[in-house]
Amino acid sequence: MPAKIEVKNLSVFYGDFQALHEVGLRIKEHRITAFIGPSGCGKTTLLKTLDRMNDLVDGTRVEGQVLLDGEDIYQPGYKLIKLRKRVGMVFQRPNPFPLSIHDNITYGPRVHGVRDKGTLEGVVERSLQAVHLWDELKDDLKRSALTLTSEQQQRLCIARLAAVEPEVLLMDEPCSALDPISTLRVEELMLELKKNYTIVVVTHNMQQAARISDESGFFYLGRLIEFNRTKTIFTKPANKMTEDYITGRFG
Amino acid sequence: MEKLIEKGLLVIAYSSIAILFIITFFIFKEGLPFIFREGLGTILGGVEWRPTKGEFGILPMVVGSLLVTGGALVIGVPLGLSCAVFLVEFSKPKVRRILKPAIELLAGIPSVVYGFLGVILLVPLIRVHLGGPGLSLLAGSIILGIMILPTIISISIDVLEAVPQSYREGSIALGATTTQTVSMVVLKAARSGIVTAVILGMGRAIGETMAVIMVTGNAVAFPGSILDSIRTLTSNIGIELAYASGDHQEALFATGVVLFVMIMVLNLVASMTRKKRIR
Ligand SMILES: Nc1ncnc2c1ncn2[C@@H]1O[C@H](COP(=O)(O)OP(=O)(O)OP(=O)(O)O)[C@@H](O)[C@H]1O
Ligand SMILES: [Mg+2]
Repeated sequence: MPAKIEVKNLSVFYGDFQALHEVGLRIKEHRITAFIGPSGCGKTTLLKTLDRMNDLVDGTRVEGQVLLDGEDIYQPGYKLIKLRKRVGMVFQRPNPFPLSIHDNITYGPRVHGVRDKGTLEGVVERSLQAVHLWDELKDDLKRSALTLTSEQQQRLCIARLAAVEPEVLLMDEPCSALDPISTLRVEELMLELKKNYTIVVVTHNMQQAARISDESGFFYLGRLIEFNRTKTIFTKPANKMTEDYITGRFG
Repeated sequence: MEKLIEKGLLVIAYSSIAILFIITFFIFKEGLPFIFREGLGTILGGVEWRPTKGEFGILPMVVGSLLVTGGALVIGVPLGLSCAVFLVEFSKPKVRRILKPAIELLAGIPSVVYGFLGVILLVPLIRVHLGGPGLSLLAGSIILGIMILPTIISISIDVLEAVPQSYREGSIALGATTTQTVSMVVLKAARSGIVTAVILGMGRAIGETMAVIMVTGNAVAFPGSILDSIRTLTSNIGIELAYASGDHQEALFATGVVLFVMIMVLNLVASMTRKKRIR
């Protein structure tokens, strides 16, 4: 199967500090890929290089390649707006805009030039359906998104992303602000979404990685230590460090 | 010793509050009897101001104050807001750290200097290129518009900086440009704070006296166009109080009461919108 995203020999620097060392991996289409590893090992950094959100951080430098469907997203002149439409991000803390639920969902399409009322209404319904918020909220679309619970907010953020019809969803610890029950429900949602999207998720929660991901990469101090099928990583890790980490002996 | 300092500070605090109350009380004591005697309607609704003939209508000056303040906002708000947006959203933090204090310094320039520059530079420009006496509603609006810039810029910068970074990230991550992010999310999130900035700027404009006296010509009449001369409530007091006595003096205090109430209402609205933002 061809890789949706291929990371080749990627190094990332914050000023003089090297946060990632020659990372290489392939992310398959319609799979959930998990990045695991102790705090500060560079998971978020890698995730942000995949939609070039690290461009917003002053003084970052990237070496190597990130290929999206075979095309290097770091080549000069690459269109960031198109990239971010194809590769969307869900953040650790739910960050709905201080707008109504409706306007949160239509935000992406409006930004990309959709004006037609009918089309937008359709997008709102479909996106909220996709994250199972429609029945709860369909009569409440004018309400401020900030009044929702954390779980609803995170679902809304996923719906907001779904509205621009991306191909890849990047999720940085999407459940860390949620309680255990909400976490399970969002995980279920991710498993459903995998039919339509390629998902990359950063998580600190080993059980979560084991439950939902197809492939996992273990990172340590900016290096990719091991990358394999999740089953393999969790049952027969090739590296001693990986084993120690997933069995909870450090990290 | 500790106790003594505490007591001392308390006395100072109370006495400065007391002084403010005394001033307020004095203005009302001088102004209110006159208002009751003549009737609020005759004063506020009267269009003739002839103190020597016992005519004390201040409507043209109420209108003048409102117009010149409105004009100042039309000029100062778009300028100040775009300046703040540029500094917070489009320039490096280092630039902002240098420019913000510099802009705030502008607030410290005495208003007579603004008035002077207005008379020397602006008024002749208007007279030559647009016609009329030059000393005009337009000149007053421009000068006041510039004078409220520091207030509007500096508060707007604070307000924009307080908008959570996560909103911007969320928007950029959806493929929005910086311009879209600012106009569709950041300014919406900052709306009530910007209203506060505008109201405080308005308070500054409506209360300004010296610069306005110098550049507006001070004719007591309804202006037919922005090139006509006007007189504001503040100018009226500033110009005439020095030689007024009797009824005339009381009428000026009544003007002060009207002004006082207008400004109080503005500040109340401002603090109400600010409280709403915190909630
Ligand atoms: N903007 C930045 N400037 C300088 N150093 C940074 C910056 N962002 C991250 N780093 C450093 O880069 C390294 C990797 O950070 P990163 O946020 O990618 O780790 P992480 O694996 O996501 O950690 P966590 O699990 O705590 O989220 C850390 O040592 C961090 O201190
Ligand atoms: Mg992280």
